[in-house]
Amino acid sequence: MKKGNATLFNLPITTKLGITLVSFLLILIFFGEWIMPYDPFQIDMNNRLESMSHQHWLGTDQLGRDIFSRIVYGAKLTIGLGVITIILSVIVGVPIGLISGFSGGKIDAVFMRIIDAILTFPDFILAIAIAGLLGPSLTNIVIAIVLVRWIVYARLVRSQVLELKQQEYILASKISYSSKWRTIRMHILPHLIPTIIAIGAVDVGKVILLISSLSYIGLGAQPHIPEWGAMLNDGRGYFQVVPALMMYPGLAIMLTVLIFHLLGDGLKNRFDIRKRGLRK
Amino acid sequence: MKTLTIEKLTKSYAKETVALDEFSLGIDQGGCIGIVGESGSGKSTLARILLGLESFDQGQILFKGLQIPPKKKKDYRDYRRDVQMVFQDATSALNPKLPIWKIILEPLDNFKEVKPSFIKEDGLSRKAVASHLLEMVGLEREFVDRYPYQLSGGQKQRVSIARAISLEPSLLICDEPTASLDVTVQFQILELLKKLQEETNMTILFISHDIRAVTFLCEKIVVLKQGIIVDHFHMKDLYKKNRHLYTKQLIKVASLS
Ligand SMILES: Nc1ncnc2c1ncn2[C@@H]1O[C@H](COP(=O)(O)OP(=O)(O)OP(=O)(O)O)[C@@H](O)[C@H]1O
Ligand SMILES: [Mg+2]
Repeated sequence: MKKGNATLFNLPITTKLGITLVSFLLILIFFGEWIMPYDPFQIDMNNRLESMSHQHWLGTDQLGRDIFSRIVYGAKLTIGLGVITIILSVIVGVPIGLISGFSGGKIDAVFMRIIDAILTFPDFILAIAIAGLLGPSLTNIVIAIVLVRWIVYARLVRSQVLELKQQEYILASKISYSSKWRTIRMHILPHLIPTIIAIGAVDVGKVILLISSLSYIGLGAQPHIPEWGAMLNDGRGYFQVVPALMMYPGLAIMLTVLIFHLLGDGLKNRFDIRKRGLRK
Repeated sequence: MKTLTIEKLTKSYAKETVALDEFSLGIDQGGCIGIVGESGSGKSTLARILLGLESFDQGQILFKGLQIPPKKKKDYRDYRRDVQMVFQDATSALNPKLPIWKIILEPLDNFKEVKPSFIKEDGLSRKAVASHLLEMVGLEREFVDRYPYQLSGGQKQRVSIARAISLEPSLLICDEPTASLDVTVQFQILELLKKLQEETNMTILFISHDIRAVTFLCEKIVVLKQGIIVDHFHMKDLYKKNRHLYTKQLIKVASLS
């Protein structure tokens, strides 16, 4: 087999699976509006708690809303929130990591103290505390998680900067009269971006789970919003009569987390291979 | 006036490790000055201090009459343009993620107003400038689009040299530029440095633990031991009787290996 000639057909099976599942998610997110057979908020008291049928593929909930439509609508919301949370965490964490690693000294020490202090609490507990303080809403959940999650990126970036700083091309850059920002752009960011993307992808899965958990305990999305965690919470009261109410959102969360995990792992492997190639 | 004057330069890392001990040296414009000494004698420390990458405890350095590192922004800029460096490990000196032409042009990109004398025509593309520099260090023009991992050690070191001479510095500091290369390639790199020195009349401060490399390239040689200059002589006096014992040892060790 020729190298560097990977077509869709000779990719490893896991990557194929990953691509299929991710495209499936993307379709749900971008074309959800057309797929949804019903308005996910439409209450219909005549058709409550129905089981699977031609009209309602996954049945209806206790207010007669179509579960399939709510799951599809929830995909955009749940995954979108996960992605936004990670992007915000990257936006906060990466510059802090860069500054901390690059300047060292007192600035670095201060940031490291703050991070150590935050790290003494498990992030779920801390997110609960912050969300509890700010009051239950999706925006507050995102803020709470970003306040905890930026640390991952700050530490990642800092450790990589410390490693890269030893490289002589960083010194060469300084000797060339490049500004700090130019050195970072030319010599540091290109090394960081692949890692950040790979770790970010896995992290989106983790954060979706976190958001759903917080919504489940009532700190995130309010019950009428079809965020998957909120749907779980919503269906709790009817779980013994109609297990489907909790089963479908649960499955959706599980699958999505799995997909992002696969995606992140795949990206990590891919970037590692390239790195090894470059180090020859 | 000397181009570079180093007066009683002292640097210690901890109380016990004195890397440089009242090191004094004056260097005229042009020619190659060799600094030779065994591992840990303070050679790299000297290079880093001269390049403003490290602070020092005592003494002073004057480069073209200005204190190093210069305080004023304009002086600092001129100094950066005028003093360049070739590193020991060419692999670590070239960013693996960048194509050769971007690597070579980094200094010139920071000095947009500089028109190097080796560029005769106007309006050359950036890649053409990079190719020209590659030719000057004996590489093919086609290498501009390659990445560092596609080059051999010697070729990488040539790229590193191309980058260092792109601003036509008056002082080029080479810290063991041949130490990680095999013998025939070492010789080629030394020849290249010699040729470039003669063409441009820059001063080369050549640092090495290998007295053979130093004697091949340099007219004046300084022998460093534990941060102290123990011997200081002209190339033609290499085998004179009054050479310091330590220098004789270095010669002996080199001829054995
Ligand atoms: N960053 C540092 N921190 C502490 N000690 C250092 C540091 N850099 C160098 N030293 C010490 O200073 C002394 C001189 O080191 P230097 O690197 O200048 O030696 P060198 O002559 O370049 O040796 P080599 O030929 O091995 O490169 C050594 O004793 C070394 O251990
Ligand atoms: Mg050294």
